[in-house]
Amino acid sequence: MNGSEIATIDWWAWIETSFWIVFKIVLILLPLILAVAYTTYAERKIIGYMQLRLGPNRVGPKGWLQPIADTVKLIMKEIVVPKGSSKTLFVIAPVLFIGPSFAAWAVVPFDAGMVLADVNAGLLYVLAMTSIGVYGVIIAGWASNSKYAFLGAMRSAAQIVSYELAMGFALVGVLMCAQSMNLGEIVEAQSGGVLNWFFIPLFPLLIVYWISGVAETNRAPFDMAEGESEIVAGFHVEYGGMAFSLFFLAEYANMILISFLTALMFCGGWLSPFQGMGVLEDITAWVPGTIWLLVKASFFLFCLLWIRATFPRFRYDQIMRLGWKIFIPVTLVWLPLLAVWIKAGVWPFN
Amino acid sequence: MTFQAIVFYSFAAWLIFAAIMVISSKNSVKAALFLVLTFASASAIWLLLEAEFLAISLIVVYVGAVMVLLLFVVMMLDVDYAALRQGFVKKLPIALIIAIAFFVVLYSFLTHGEFSAEKFAEPAAKAADYSNIKALGRVIYTEYFIAFEIAAVILLVAIIAAISLTFRGRRNRKSQNISKQLAANKKNRLKIVKVDPVVSANETSDELAVNQSEKQS
Repeated sequence: MNGSEIATIDWWAWIETSFWIVFKIVLILLPLILAVAYTTYAERKIIGYMQLRLGPNRVGPKGWLQPIADTVKLIMKEIVVPKGSSKTLFVIAPVLFIGPSFAAWAVVPFDAGMVLADVNAGLLYVLAMTSIGVYGVIIAGWASNSKYAFLGAMRSAAQIVSYELAMGFALVGVLMCAQSMNLGEIVEAQSGGVLNWFFIPLFPLLIVYWISGVAETNRAPFDMAEGESEIVAGFHVEYGGMAFSLFFLAEYANMILISFLTALMFCGGWLSPFQGMGVLEDITAWVPGTIWLLVKASFFLFCLLWIRATFPRFRYDQIMRLGWKIFIPVTLVWLPLLAVWIKAGVWPFN
Repeated sequence: MTFQAIVFYSFAAWLIFAAIMVISSKNSVKAALFLVLTFASASAIWLLLEAEFLAISLIVVYVGAVMVLLLFVVMMLDVDYAALRQGFVKKLPIALIIAIAFFVVLYSFLTHGEFSAEKFAEPAAKAADYSNIKALGRVIYTEYFIAFEIAAVILLVAIIAAISLTFRGRRNRKSQNISKQLAANKKNRLKIVKVDPVVSANETSDELAVNQSEKQS
């Protein structure tokens, strides 16, 4: 009797914890999916205005309902599995692409203590999640049994492996400054005003991380994996309907993730930019940290769209050159410099 | 059975299933993908041991980089699977002997040798804020510093050897000189030629019109 009693108590506690975890996951994912939908709208509008066009303006007031219409259209479409393709892998590929891009959000803190999983190795976890997303691309390209898709997958594999190295080295710099791999502690280490944010001592690494982030999300000008003008639509050329929209969703979730991570690691995350500025700090004290984080992340997200509207696509060999011959040497030079800087205890490390 | 035991046995079962599929699946790409699954389950088991740094590095290094490159190669290869399967029965006895011998050695080593369970006390669970990244870093960069550096230098030698082995042969092939391309500017690509806007005197306006209509037709 006693044993079964303990078991029932355990059982309820277990259900309760799982319920709260699932609740928090929903609390993160629903706004994320909504944000993805409206990022597509923002992208079309912003790029439209940059190119002196109007962008979507027919569905709903000022085109506000355009993403909804697009979603409905994608859901209604038929998913065609090409002949001679590997059926299981063809279906699994979009799931493998979207899984890691959602899973990475588990360690992203939205305010002090507002995080799903407070992991010690959070930084490494994020790096792991962004790097295994490439399997979705590779498997999609291979399982489609199409030459264009396969070329896209090959390009993506080479590109992600090269840029992941530079990205990892840039993160080592963050790790050295913050003395921690926990994203929350990294933000706390930047407290005390704008001058304490890591983008000052880590400026070259910020640039490397940011551009590698653009490359890692397969966005223009690094969208070799899709490359409409060369290989039709690259790795997802055979996908339609919901299967395609999963790729789309994951790509935009990755974009938002990279923007959040850049804000968290280099620009003080949820910390107010007016810290230690007397009157300004008092006036803006009511603004919750989440808002500051959203503002910073939105800025980086806007930059992503801006970059896409501005630059033409890279040539493939130039992408490889940028990753291996420019970014990796830059980080390799900056890290020893940083180590000396930190050990010497000169500003801002005193 | 505790929750941890359930998690351990399910991941262990996954690991063994995936490992068997690596050697038995008919398609080499699928075999490589099952190897990825093997690494992922191994990483989950390491997480249960509270070795989160090692577990995530396994994902970053092996799943995120090594296996991607392996897949890259495997997808490009044109393997004749039927030829690979030939002589399976003939080679089976030898393979079985090697497998059994290996298993016996490993089993005796793990139960009676240096690494047997009796020689190691069950490690106590660490506090939640214990960072095994710091612990690992401290050990690597103090006690085992020289061994660590030597390993790094050996890897560097291997990289240079691999590059020099593959990068020999003709040097006069056509390749892009990117610095030269980037250094190009308007001055050496664009030449503006001034053309006199003068029409010769004997060509009247009528003749010009006739010429144009001929060109159009």
